[in-house]
Amino acid sequence: MLQVISLVLENKPGALMRVTGLLSQRGYNIESLTVARTLDPELSRMTIAVDVDAAQRQQVIKQMNKLINVLQATDLTDSPAVVRELVLVRIRMPQESRTAVLKEAEIFGGHVVDSSTEGFAIEATGDPEKLGEFIDVMSSYGEIEVARSGALAIGLEAKKLRLQPPVPTKTGTKMEETIY
Amino acid sequence: MSTLMSGARMLVECLVREGVDCLFGYPGGVTIPFYDVLYDHPIRHVLVRHEENAAFAAEGYARSTGKVGVCCATSGPGATNLTTGLVDAMMDSIPIVAITGQVTSKLIGSDAFQEADTFGITRPCTKHNYLVKKLEDLAETIHEAFYVASSGRPGPVLVDVTKDVLQAQGHYQQVTAIHLPGYRVFTEGHAGQVRRAAQLVQEAHRPLVYGGGGIVAAGAAKELREFVELADTPAVLTLMGLGGLASEHPSFISMPGMHGSYAANMALTDCDLLIALGVRFDDRVTGRLAAFAPHAKVIHVDIDPAEIGKNRAPDVPIVGDVKRVLGRLNKLLAENQSAPDETLRAARRAWWHRIRQWKLEHPFEAPTSDTEIKPQHLMAEIDRLSAGRAIIATDVGQHQMWAAQLIRFNEPRLWLTSGGLGSMGFGIPAAMGAQFAHPGKLVFAIVGDGGFQMSIPELSTIASNGLPIKIVVMNNGHLGMVRQWQTLFYNNRLSAVELDGFPDVEKLAGAYGFKGRIIDKPWELAPALEEAVAEPGPYLLNVKVTPFECVYPMVPAGSGLEEMVLGPPQPVAVPAE
Repeated sequence: MLQVISLVLENKPGALMRVTGLLSQRGYNIESLTVARTLDPELSRMTIAVDVDAAQRQQVIKQMNKLINVLQATDLTDSPAVVRELVLVRIRMPQESRTAVLKEAEIFGGHVVDSSTEGFAIEATGDPEKLGEFIDVMSSYGEIEVARSGALAIGLEAKKLRLQPPVPTKTGTKMEETIY
Repeated sequence: MSTLMSGARMLVECLVREGVDCLFGYPGGVTIPFYDVLYDHPIRHVLVRHEENAAFAAEGYARSTGKVGVCCATSGPGATNLTTGLVDAMMDSIPIVAITGQVTSKLIGSDAFQEADTFGITRPCTKHNYLVKKLEDLAETIHEAFYVASSGRPGPVLVDVTKDVLQAQGHYQQVTAIHLPGYRVFTEGHAGQVRRAAQLVQEAHRPLVYGGGGIVAAGAAKELREFVELADTPAVLTLMGLGGLASEHPSFISMPGMHGSYAANMALTDCDLLIALGVRFDDRVTGRLAAFAPHAKVIHVDIDPAEIGKNRAPDVPIVGDVKRVLGRLNKLLAENQSAPDETLRAARRAWWHRIRQWKLEHPFEAPTSDTEIKPQHLMAEIDRLSAGRAIIATDVGQHQMWAAQLIRFNEPRLWLTSGGLGSMGFGIPAAMGAQFAHPGKLVFAIVGDGGFQMSIPELSTIASNGLPIKIVVMNNGHLGMVRQWQTLFYNNRLSAVELDGFPDVEKLAGAYGFKGRIIDKPWELAPALEEAVAEPGPYLLNVKVTPFECVYPMVPAGSGLEEMVLGPPQPVAVPAE
């Protein structure tokens, strides 16, 4: 089973590399990764779905929490969480299937974002597994091209983000004008 | 408003404010602005002969003082050469700050001359790293780097500074606070868990302290001594923890692990309470994990939450600074000195008795010979001269293990060894860093004939700075530890371990302008070492020892500690035909 990890991290160059480096260094393959800024533009939220040995899951979370740019890393694999994904499907099919495709898309809550004589571009969101089925169904109607966003997750239990307060420097206080 | 200054000057000013009195480095194209400031600045810059050794020397400085060591290198090859030292510091939790030059911001990514992705390369080699592309970020970043390197679990931090930042003009803005919202430093330890730990300590029949580098890093030697005395507990110290409790303290057993003593390994196997202090249950200590301290409840104190439960699930986890936690534990133990019942007292007496028996049965031995110098004999002689007070730096391998077994350390920060990474070529530059920090102290660099040849360039640094380091080469003509494994586990098929062509050290040291001597007779050993110590300057002593000696006891990799092999297989008498 994939481990779903939700992280809040500083929106800084290199922060993403530190997180993915932790996983690649251990030989774990990242199945999906999404990242975007939060309400606070200095922070990003990241969701990673990754294939980690069960015994190493806790250690991976601890190592992520140790990263200086990471404010919080949470394992959502076994805790109450909503996991969603967005998929864009471009489908080319014969004219006579157009209505059927539209109906199927509706069943999955998808809607058409582009339409041409050749086919549609359809957008759908939902549980990643459900979207897998949607893609299967669509592919039975014609030639498709798919872009998936990867899992986005949010925990349902309130978890307070604990920010560390600034630490006064030893160097800042005793300073005279200049030592030169 | 402060005076307008260049980024390079601001960088030096930051270092001074951090209390840096000495840095180890090697200049290059993009760091010339920095070196131009050093030209007439009182801060001491030590020009090493290879950047890797700048990092090792900074480690030697840090390990022997507890302060942050500083090294610097230029972009590209300068920075890549630092990486072994960075990883070494990472593995042993040593606070160093590395400053590297980077090509001008505009050229980054253009395959410019001497460009390398230092930020990317050193990401996994450091506790944290930075790339500074704007002058206004420089001062804050440097102060942050020192804070990160020295706080919590210490480690290496690298700051990569572009050449245009070094050249830009600006004002130094006072940095009054470090803002790191995601960096948590755990210090206190959970009060309830500390109370539980105190209770377990008082109830244990066969308690044992398993202390490591965390004791040294936290400066908790005094608290550890109080603890073992209050709790009446024997203690083993890992390779990284040596000196954390004086070797001559009656509670000290010795080092445990792959080449640990019989008593230490048996005590670990039989204890019923393991008090793990600033240790990480490394595979070289535990052997097969399932067989490690199988009867023990475990109290694990460490400042790094990721170490707790990483290899062994503790019964009492305490995330905190081992100095503070021990202080509180000691207070609790002192307050609750209720008389233990007779069963407990008898159990403790029996435990001590067993430990003393084990120590008597199989002590670390230093055999001597009439014809050749045994490597153990060499270490015993160095121990005699050091008497627990000299700084000893080593490389990795057989000489390191014999030194750890046979040399006493009555204080922390005397024993400088590459523990986690096991880097050859560490000892000599580390000794340099330590000697700069402690000019009046006796410093030995004990190295093998392999590692020595990785450090030869630094003989020049030693000579030009007149560092009175006593370099002792334990020369067995081989890469001894690899040779030992080939002998024991690969049918003695000795592959690529013979080191012939070793230089004549008298000529070699002479070429650098100091004294060198070669000895191979046991009766020459003591006088030669005494001569080395008496020499006011550097001294290079090549000690030709028995070539095929193996380090014992030995726990074969993957075995349990109690499966240790105590000595070479004894010759069996074959009945005459």
